[in-house]
Amino acid sequence: MKHLKATTFLIAAALAAPLAAQEAGGRLDIVVQPEPPSLMLGLVQNGPTQLVAGDIYEGLLRYGTDLKPQPLLAKSWEISEDGLTYTFKLNEGVKWHDGEDFTAEDVVFSADVFLRETHARLRASLEYVESITAPDDTTVVFQLKEPFGPFISVFETGTMPIVPKHIYEGTDFANNEMNATPIGTGPFKFEAWEKGSYIHLVKNEDYYVDGLPYLDEVYYRVIPDAAARAVAFETGEVDVLPGGSVENWDVPRLTEMDNVCSTGSGWEFFAPHAWMWLNNREGPTSDVRFRQAVMYAMDREFQRDVVWNGFGNVATGPVSSKTNFYSDDVTIYDHNPEKAEELLAEMGYDGEEIRLLPLPYGETWQRWAEAIRQNLSEVGINVSIDSTDVAGWNEKTSQWDYDMAFTYLYQYGDPALGVSRNYTADRIQKGSPWNNVEGYDNPELDEKWFDAATMISPEERQAAYDEIQKEIVDDVPVAWLLELEFPTIYRCDIKDLVTTGIGVNDGPRNAWIEQ
Amino acid sequence: MTILIAILSRLAKAALTLLAIAVLNFCLLHAAPGDPAVVLAGEAGAADEQMIAQLRERFGLDQPLYVQLGKYIAGIVQLDLGYSFRQSAPVIDLIAERLPATLLLTLTAFVISLTCGIALGVAAAARVGKVSDSLLTTLALLFYATPLYWLALMAVLVFSVWLGWLPGFGYETVGSDFSGLARALDILKHLILPALTLGLFFMAVYMRMTRASMLEVSTADFVKTAKAKGLSGPVIRRRHILRNAILPVVTLAGLQAGQLVGGAVLTETVFAWPGIGRLMFESLAARDYNTILGVFLVSAAMVILFNIVTDIVYRIVDPRIGARA
Repeated sequence: MKHLKATTFLIAAALAAPLAAQEAGGRLDIVVQPEPPSLMLGLVQNGPTQLVAGDIYEGLLRYGTDLKPQPLLAKSWEISEDGLTYTFKLNEGVKWHDGEDFTAEDVVFSADVFLRETHARLRASLEYVESITAPDDTTVVFQLKEPFGPFISVFETGTMPIVPKHIYEGTDFANNEMNATPIGTGPFKFEAWEKGSYIHLVKNEDYYVDGLPYLDEVYYRVIPDAAARAVAFETGEVDVLPGGSVENWDVPRLTEMDNVCSTGSGWEFFAPHAWMWLNNREGPTSDVRFRQAVMYAMDREFQRDVVWNGFGNVATGPVSSKTNFYSDDVTIYDHNPEKAEELLAEMGYDGEEIRLLPLPYGETWQRWAEAIRQNLSEVGINVSIDSTDVAGWNEKTSQWDYDMAFTYLYQYGDPALGVSRNYTADRIQKGSPWNNVEGYDNPELDEKWFDAATMISPEERQAAYDEIQKEIVDDVPVAWLLELEFPTIYRCDIKDLVTTGIGVNDGPRNAWIEQ
Repeated sequence: MTILIAILSRLAKAALTLLAIAVLNFCLLHAAPGDPAVVLAGEAGAADEQMIAQLRERFGLDQPLYVQLGKYIAGIVQLDLGYSFRQSAPVIDLIAERLPATLLLTLTAFVISLTCGIALGVAAAARVGKVSDSLLTTLALLFYATPLYWLALMAVLVFSVWLGWLPGFGYETVGSDFSGLARALDILKHLILPALTLGLFFMAVYMRMTRASMLEVSTADFVKTAKAKGLSGPVIRRRHILRNAILPVVTLAGLQAGQLVGGAVLTETVFAWPGIGRLMFESLAARDYNTILGVFLVSAAMVILFNIVTDIVYRIVDPRIGARA
């Protein structure tokens, strides 16, 4: 982990200069599943919207597979010694897709006005911000109230998409008519959306990086059935299957085809982490011995190998090994049914029924729930599967109506952005499926989480998070399962599709097709 | 005149039925767990109280249920199906956008199944007991018993993946810039597999029904009389047997016609056909209340409409029915 607080200037030119070998032209057909409800990224941030709108809108920064920031709208940046002042120099000559000039005022408007109102995840980070100002047209300064370690990670396109001030200022954001035809600064412009069929983006000829993008157009294809998506790739209708668009058991068949490549990279920034919420408030799951027994009862390597066809890693604790400040110096829960039985006997578990809520995201998740039910019943835990649809799952988890419930969440590169929210007591609030849903309440650890977030030195933060991980893993507030891996499958003649930790979301910017 | 009065009274009853359906749908939907705000918040991957409260207020979900119901019914009476907050568009526009694709698919399937079903049924009845009859009835039984979903996937596998004859999904070639006849041909190519898949089940039903009904009528006394008059086989079959045997088929066709709008969810999903069934299914998953209610209402209206049409067709096919009413 490099020291970020020192005055580091990074220059974009070297990274962006096109190489001679890259060829311009061509069209890319990418699957998007499910169809996004809207492409206005400032209002809607679900996965499909981020995938498509990540080509239209841009943030100040993007992040490499090593999670280090790279230039996007900002060409360089500087963090003051005390960790309180973040100064961004913006690219010059940037235009909105409607021809208007992009300036620092757009950034101030987006972060301070628009997204503060509409973007729940960013709002939490903006709590640390004292002021956002634009001293001149190409400079933006974020002044913090207190140091916030992960602040440099909040400038990604899905986290802080910059929206045009000249279109949204003074309007009702949610009902602005321009939401249907999004205007961004990105490498591709919105062209057409045939609902139920496809979204068509075309090259932004005026993009501010010379030579980019290489592709002429991108079609995002809406194909609702997983088997049909696999067929679409087989027959050559589509060129790219972003992670998670086909069922896992179809992946080997597709990757064995000629001229087909796949990569697990491109998810480092998100680091999807899967676990089961264990209701810490009532029933057997409120007993730490029961929760530990669940961990020992599960054969997570088998689950990974069979249910996920070998994709992913067994999670050691709350932080993904891909996220900054990960530590593996924790109690390891191997598959140990005897130990699980001992723990259950010690607490006097009487066979009370445990309701398990699977994630209604397709066949893989259903099978996963069945595999875990089998593991748990082997040590005598009486599990019933409580099936529902996506809306029902959201309702039940956010209203705490479950004993065990599957979920997976993104970590956004830093424990203070995507991990602590699930374990600190101030985030115990009904109504959201993404906060401290399990009801884990440990004031001592809460203090440590808060302190770790506001430390400036990465070394200090690492030490603090090492300690937190060691302690929390013994408490098993939730049953950690796997660091998920969603392979992206594509034709091998598509080059540079996945070059960052954000993957296909901003992939078409640099992608090119070998003729 | 009696027909006119009958139709008017049916229309009045239909309006009341529709209203009752709307109220029932509304109550059923709101009884399901989750609401659009929860779903949207869930999809965002992060949410706080403020966000959910904002969404509920925007969607009008913060008001008591009876107020929401009252507003919805008041809208329907003025032919206003409401607004889809999820898709930021009036529901009527969303439905109108998807209706042509669905009607093209379901009407094609309807016509194919009805014409082929009756023709094959007549043919089978005429050859009763022969090999060709057994072959036809066996095939019909097979199509009747095969799940639509499986049939669709197999059709794609064989004709699209293995043989490469027909496109496996979609409405037209995306980004092809076809126009006029070329575009029509392109759409036709995309239409063949889904329309056949959707039509096969009903074709089998019509065929079996026509055959059975034809055989039953052919033993009636007036058929003997016709034979005694010296009429030829085909004339007897067409004018005496078929006309009497067709009534149950008309009933069933009325039922199928009622599903023209909402009955193709599975086919549309497997073949990525941008129709109304998918709109309904996806809106249901997202708890996009106004859109689902709108699709339900239009579907219900179609069912009622075709029930009335069926009754009229009865009277035309068999004038005795009108006289009795």
